[in-house]
Amino acid sequence: MATVTTEPLEALEQSWYEPPGLISWFTTVDHKRIGMKYLVTALAFFVFGGIESLIMRAQLGGPELHLISPEAYNQLFSMHGVTMMFLFAMPVLSGFGNFFVPLMVGTRDMAFPRLNAFGYWVFLAAGIFLYSAFLIGRAPDAGWFAYTPLSDGKFSPGINIDFYALGLIFTAISSTGGAINFIVTILKMRAPGMSINRIPIFVWGELAMSLAIVFALPPLTVACTLLELQRRFGFHFFDSGKGGDPLLWQHLFWIFGHPEVYIIVLPALGVVSAIIPTFVRRRMVGYTWIVVAEMATALIGFGVWTHHMFVTGLPQVALSFVSLVSFMITIPSGVQIFAWVATLIAGRPVLRTPLLFVIGFILVFVLGGLSGVMFAAIPFDAQVHDSYFVVAHFHYVMVGAVIFPLFGALYYWLPKMTGKLMSERWGKASFWTIFVGFNLAFFPMHIAGILGQPRRTYTYQAGLGWTAPNLISTVGSFLLGAGILITFVNWVWSLRRGPEAPNDPWGGDTLEWATTSPPPEYNFAAVPTVRSLEPVWDQPELRDGAQPADQGGRALVGGHLTLSTSMLDGTPRAVIPMPHATAWPLVATAGLLFGFWGVVFGAWLLGGAGALLFAAGMIGWHWPKGETQEG
Amino acid sequence: MTTTAHEMSTIPTVPTGAPGERLPIVASGPDSFGWWGMWGLIATEAMLFGSLLASYFYLRFRTGAGGWPPDGIHKPELVLPLVMSAILWSSSIPVHIADRAIRRGNQGLLRVGLLAGFLLGAIFLGMQLLVEYPKILTEFHPTTNAYGSLFFTITGFHGFHVVVGLLISLWTQMRARQGAFDEHRHVTVQNFAMYWHFVDVVWVLVLFTVYLSPHF
Repeated sequence: MATVTTEPLEALEQSWYEPPGLISWFTTVDHKRIGMKYLVTALAFFVFGGIESLIMRAQLGGPELHLISPEAYNQLFSMHGVTMMFLFAMPVLSGFGNFFVPLMVGTRDMAFPRLNAFGYWVFLAAGIFLYSAFLIGRAPDAGWFAYTPLSDGKFSPGINIDFYALGLIFTAISSTGGAINFIVTILKMRAPGMSINRIPIFVWGELAMSLAIVFALPPLTVACTLLELQRRFGFHFFDSGKGGDPLLWQHLFWIFGHPEVYIIVLPALGVVSAIIPTFVRRRMVGYTWIVVAEMATALIGFGVWTHHMFVTGLPQVALSFVSLVSFMITIPSGVQIFAWVATLIAGRPVLRTPLLFVIGFILVFVLGGLSGVMFAAIPFDAQVHDSYFVVAHFHYVMVGAVIFPLFGALYYWLPKMTGKLMSERWGKASFWTIFVGFNLAFFPMHIAGILGQPRRTYTYQAGLGWTAPNLISTVGSFLLGAGILITFVNWVWSLRRGPEAPNDPWGGDTLEWATTSPPPEYNFAAVPTVRSLEPVWDQPELRDGAQPADQGGRALVGGHLTLSTSMLDGTPRAVIPMPHATAWPLVATAGLLFGFWGVVFGAWLLGGAGALLFAAGMIGWHWPKGETQEG
Repeated sequence: MTTTAHEMSTIPTVPTGAPGERLPIVASGPDSFGWWGMWGLIATEAMLFGSLLASYFYLRFRTGAGGWPPDGIHKPELVLPLVMSAILWSSSIPVHIADRAIRRGNQGLLRVGLLAGFLLGAIFLGMQLLVEYPKILTEFHPTTNAYGSLFFTITGFHGFHVVVGLLISLWTQMRARQGAFDEHRHVTVQNFAMYWHFVDVVWVLVLFTVYLSPHF
């Protein structure tokens, strides 16, 4: 099978060829196309979640407005949270990770390409499942954390919460598969020479996120399963009459829920550490410190869940412990912020759009962090609990730490993904509109919260001092929406009219800049050997696209092949054949979707058909084809 | 490619493009991706079971002040569960033997080991569904109270894992019959064995939690 050709590029193109056209988007296992699908789909859900928030802001623009009913308002804020957390923030960073982790570690695909395709389809199907609830007017309406007893069958008798519980189980399948894929890719597929002290910080961020997903999602899956068993089959877990306890839900949810914050934030922080060195023209200050801080954050994040439960009457000792750990977790965040600021000061910053978004992020994130430290003090937390102050805080953290790095990443990496440059002028216009709109929308919520405005109420009376901050918030939120729209228009414009992007438009340091824009199916004409933390800066031979064999490049032709390297020092160990394009993961996902619909509607025939289809998909997927080592 | 235990073949290699370098085209254990993927799956599954068992103790210590099991339910009888446990745990032995055998290229022992493991697992499942559950159901149901819900959810969730393990075993046995494995190519056998041992180890914790702990 290993025929050495004299034309390695031609051989590679043959081995890695995926037919163009619409159909191939349904069968592709190429990490770059899957990454693109993740990104576009997640941004579509971002638009849905954004529209939901704009409707809510319109409703809250003045006192006692009645644009929408309280029931619709409940569905909107619940779906806004669920969408932004599970259908936008997590998958959008999986999108960038999918596209860039294999490129940054210098390999040709993810470790499990068909699982990767499956993960995307399951994410899309879970999104369709959750949004199908809107079509019948039964979207989840008990908030994104759906506390029992409100969410149990007695107080929420409709199928709204069934969509919630099953939908979250559905998305967990996708996230878990994706996380395991990232972990194995990062541990086992790094280019020869990329020992663990040469892993780019963005890749560390994806690794920390993936480890947190593997350990943090199961409590949520268990919580949702128990809730569905109670609602659908009359089990007892959360109802105190029959020996259950509603607080069990809160524990399970927040054991997941707090690490979830870091699941979302860690890769975004990795984006920041990827962008800064490029635009200040020097390596990151304190690489080791940043990596240790990211890992410490992921770990400590598991110890603070009860700080979401300070007012539930837990024992004082437990509260004091969690309060202490909550103060502690600010230390690794602080380490990273000082490292970024030090790098910015030590280098020569070039204020292009990606760096603007990063600086905007640092300002916003510090503000969100400051209000976060305030919550760690229990007496203060008790005062502002469930008020708009909380809403302000977590939007500063989540929007600040996700949207700003994400838009920075769009400007930084889209030229690599699409091969087209975006407009700098409109990029800067978008940044300033987003930055001003964001602060107008969310800063007044601090004030409204301290003045006592509770969250999750669909309107309020005049004369409480809440009118002005709410009006400013509403104006700001529409401005924020406009700023986001500018970037989307800029993107579409670049696809049609944008100038061609060179291989390395910014002078970046990591391996994705050592290949064409967009990269070929096989990523690198030769799998590179890495001798530095900033290989593209330190190894000029990489810039020509193919590292010559005498400098360590491995063409690895003669099949759909990747390298397996050792975990710590990146020594080549084996050659691994990879699977080809397939539609079976899509078939299996369709089975899952029908199965979940069958359960939520109690249509057991549909559910059974879905299960059969899923089984058929799995069998077809694994049926031996003689292409990978055991089929 | 099939070989017997005594004619070991050298591992097949391909050139990588680096001057003179050839690397194995087959991998198992830590050199393969599947081995790491299985550890990832086991880690996340362990957290699933951990969350369920933690829920059990949480509800017991929050609500069980009036005695555990509550509502006059008897403490679980232990003879049958211990017999079932012995059967389930013993199934790991032939699976381990099969896993070791194929590393030496021994096809016969591979098939026998896989089959024996499958049968022992199936007997465990059969006893749980046909003997143990009907007996328990005469006293309480999943909907009786939180204790009943926890009992059936946790043991049922484990039983579901046994079913999945049996399905993977069937698949592995089919591939073994087709001669897909030899001393170099056996990552599927390895992964199945890891999963099966995990299901057996988790049963230690399940047995302790739902059967033994009410006696303390």
